[in-house]
Amino acid sequence: MYGCDVAVVGAGIVGAACASECARAGLSVIVFDRGPVGGGTTAAAMGHVVVMDDSEAQFALTSYSRRLWRDLAAELPAEVHYEACGTLWVAADEEEMAEARRKEEFCRVRGLRAEILDEAALREAEPNLRPGLRGGLLIPDDAVLYPPSAAMFFLGRAPQNKIEFRAGSEVRALNPDGGVILGDGTRISAGLTVNAAGCGSPDLTAGLPVKKRKGHLVVTHRYPGHIRHQIVELGYLKSAHSVSSDSVAFNVQPRANGQMLIGSSRQYGAEHPGVEFGILRRMLERAAMYLPDLGRLVAIRSWAGFRPATPDKLPFIGPSAGNQKIWLATGHEGLGITSSLATGRLLADMVLNRPSEIPVAPYSPARSLLEGKAHG
Amino acid sequence: MAEIVSLTINGRPVRVPSGTVVAAALALAGESRFRRSVAGHPRGPLCGMGVCFECSVTIDGRPHCRSCQTLCAEGMEVRTDE
Repeated sequence: MYGCDVAVVGAGIVGAACASECARAGLSVIVFDRGPVGGGTTAAAMGHVVVMDDSEAQFALTSYSRRLWRDLAAELPAEVHYEACGTLWVAADEEEMAEARRKEEFCRVRGLRAEILDEAALREAEPNLRPGLRGGLLIPDDAVLYPPSAAMFFLGRAPQNKIEFRAGSEVRALNPDGGVILGDGTRISAGLTVNAAGCGSPDLTAGLPVKKRKGHLVVTHRYPGHIRHQIVELGYLKSAHSVSSDSVAFNVQPRANGQMLIGSSRQYGAEHPGVEFGILRRMLERAAMYLPDLGRLVAIRSWAGFRPATPDKLPFIGPSAGNQKIWLATGHEGLGITSSLATGRLLADMVLNRPSEIPVAPYSPARSLLEGKAHG
Repeated sequence: MAEIVSLTINGRPVRVPSGTVVAAALALAGESRFRRSVAGHPRGPLCGMGVCFECSVTIDGRPHCRSCQTLCAEGMEVRTDE
């Protein structure tokens, strides 16, 4: 029977990173995807490499992964459009400014660069922001990139005799003994299988608490210099934390070609994959509160996508709770681009029994069972 | 007889009947390089119905306006190939 050491289901940026890290360590890998490389959440994503600090575990994963991105930056091909433009967190009022100071200290004591901007410094950094904002926090080492090209780069970076990619190959089920069963009934054997199917991962691993969280984005025509950093409102931290109601937040990104991406929205329970104009309008009105000239610019496209979200906002990385031959690398919600490199590295560390640079326990899939019992 | 509208295209005065879209005025004036692509290649109208954005030009200083969706107006300044 045809087989490999590791079967990866999902060629999004997370699956591609897992496959690449395993193949680079000498394992034979086959990657399956019902579509092309990076065609799902990866294609819909903004591509923001950002350190987040909702929890110590989230900080550990995102800061470790950002370091891996920075180490890799010089090797990234031009089409990845990697730009270390930094993140500028904007504070509209004193409450948000207090949050900026808290984040600044959080970063500083952990050895990351962070700089508080007062109102004048904010105006200088981003002249098109509206006057009257309280200030901001600049995280200069955050970056932006084009995610599908990064996923493609990961697969291409692996030794080509160790990795095989099967585009348009739907996986119907994961074989409990390792390997996968394809849509046409073909069985491919594998030492272990990695479910990196993102929003599709619960379809292959029953009971997995990964839910779709819909988001919208708009891309503008080219306006070089209109913004210089990825700019995010600190109010985002309040709105994005709501786990039940729809929310929008100001979150814009300069692309290397002068285009701007405008986000963001979050919806639970929305199944329809298309653009919804009600929330799109709210999102753009929110953005125009911060960038008043936005209404004069031309948008050329809008789209929607789904983030794979977990209840505790941490991904699942490691062997599944019920079967040591079925592994998970999913549930990254809005941090999959940032966390992809660390996810691939940690997963390969565990597969190969190598020591990891950061503790892996917080991302263990077994925690969802424990949580279920605790709340049971 | 239709009313006449005067505008400038790349600084050159042009007169067209009112109700003419900017893309048509550009075509009448012999312009074919409406805009440049990201890679610097010349671009011109393709769909003519506001979807493809290939006919974008600068109108009264505002970049990336779809010339096929904009009516000529008195005194309008149009610039192409930007």
